[in-house]
Amino acid sequence: MRLDTERSRDTPEGVSLSLRVAGAPARGLAWALDLAIIFVISTLFGVLTAFLGSLGAGLYLIVFFLLIWGYGVVFELYRDGATPGKRSLGLRVVHDDGTPVSATASILRNFLRFADFLPFAYGAGLVSMLIDRDCRRLGDLAAGTLVIHDRPERFTTLPSAPPIAPPVALSRAERSAIVSFASRLGTWSPDRRIELADLVPPLTHAEGREAVQRLLGMAHHLLGRRTPRKDGLS
Amino acid sequence: MNRDEFVETHKGTWLRTERLLDELKARTFEADHAELPSLYRRCCHHLALCRQRHYDAPLEARLHSIALRGYHRLYRRDVAGLADFARFFGAGFPRLVRRHAAMFWLAMFLFYGPGLAMGLLVLESPEAIYALLEPAQITQFEDMYREAPQIDRNSAEDFAAFGFYIFNNITIAFRTFAAGLFFGLGSVFFLSYNGLFLGGVFAHLTHAGSSGNLLTFVITHGAFELTALVLAGVGGLMLGASLISPGRRRRLDALRHTAPDALRIALGAGGLLVLAAFLEAFFSGSPWATPSAKILVGAFAWIGVALYLSLGGRRGT
Repeated sequence: MRLDTERSRDTPEGVSLSLRVAGAPARGLAWALDLAIIFVISTLFGVLTAFLGSLGAGLYLIVFFLLIWGYGVVFELYRDGATPGKRSLGLRVVHDDGTPVSATASILRNFLRFADFLPFAYGAGLVSMLIDRDCRRLGDLAAGTLVIHDRPERFTTLPSAPPIAPPVALSRAERSAIVSFASRLGTWSPDRRIELADLVPPLTHAEGREAVQRLLGMAHHLLGRRTPRKDGLS
Repeated sequence: MNRDEFVETHKGTWLRTERLLDELKARTFEADHAELPSLYRRCCHHLALCRQRHYDAPLEARLHSIALRGYHRLYRRDVAGLADFARFFGAGFPRLVRRHAAMFWLAMFLFYGPGLAMGLLVLESPEAIYALLEPAQITQFEDMYREAPQIDRNSAEDFAAFGFYIFNNITIAFRTFAAGLFFGLGSVFFLSYNGLFLGGVFAHLTHAGSSGNLLTFVITHGAFELTALVLAGVGGLMLGASLISPGRRRRLDALRHTAPDALRIALGAGGLLVLAAFLEAFFSGSPWATPSAKILVGAFAWIGVALYLSLGGRRGT
């Protein structure tokens, strides 16, 4: 059984794109943010229209109605599938084939929110999200949509090091693990780097900082470098 | 070609694609965006090469990110415009309702059946109304319709009422639709409950001798409002029916197949409710139309709705 949240979809261009499905906590947080935004807007608008008497009361109710039923739809259609809450958590709504959400699907998933909310506080939606392997609420199931993580990848530079040939033959997975280790070095504390590098003494024949340096050197070697140089990409 | 040569050779293409995608997002259009499809295909090719040659994960992640952004840009679907909107209410909506005529009559029965039953029950034994309503609510209804509805309001107050009807009625209709997701049960509940309520109040006010006042008030906007509630129920029942009886599809696929049509019917109901709210706020209670005029307009409204749903969009394509 697969435990990760990556789902791949084949495109007409012959590559498979992977979508990282968002879980209930991230989606719940995004929803809470959106709720706060709706609350602030409707309160501000309520204060403004209070000066207009009955006319304002009518206007307020119409705007409140549009906010409740239209907020998600408008943002999902005109802002790349993300409400402000979703955007701040790096989420977006797409069809389950990975294409941007269409009007019908967006309206459907937002209108069926009421069914997800029953019996109270998103009870049905939460149960559906916990059961479904793609973490979809009822509205997503009917509309055929997914909520995915959508952070653009930043390119990392490998710290420079003299290339070292690995002392033993490595499998494909092992090679890719070493390169990934080297490219993610910058995101860890020095202690964590040493802790991870110390897991493979048969490969490094060293401990501590020396082990980290050797793994880094092997990563350069695996990328096809034979002389010391700085990574060409920034 | 080793990894660094690969990056050196194609880096320009990737940067150009990324810049183009940024510009399209910001709508600045300095570069030639007709170039995007070919740039995108090249990036897809590079991603496939990168995977096949087992280059490093960060490079693959970056190419993947470019390909995904290009895919999202190129395969987006256009949002319906105003012309589609007019065509929908002119022809598509009544056609859609006729296509699901069986569901429509079922929803009519679920709404008017309990209404009629409750009405007859209350006419027979007046105390039955207390099973449905609180005494305070009953007094409120009695007070509201003791006189003929000649509500003297200024236009600002009319507008406040309009806002309230929009908010309240359309929310009820959309809920009736959404609740159909639970095998249709939610829609059955909302339809029948509203039917019971209407029948009960009518019968009770008949005892109080003021049902005529209620009739002159509701007849005009009721043609649109009650029909719209039934239609929202049709949408909900369609969702439920696709789950109960999915035919040759899996249940989830049947739901997905039905949902767009069901949604369109519910949205059409929302359109009718905007019209109903307008009439209810500015006409139904207004002092400038006599009760008999209201009955006449109301009769025409019912005939109009029936003709619209049965004949609308029959001609033309």
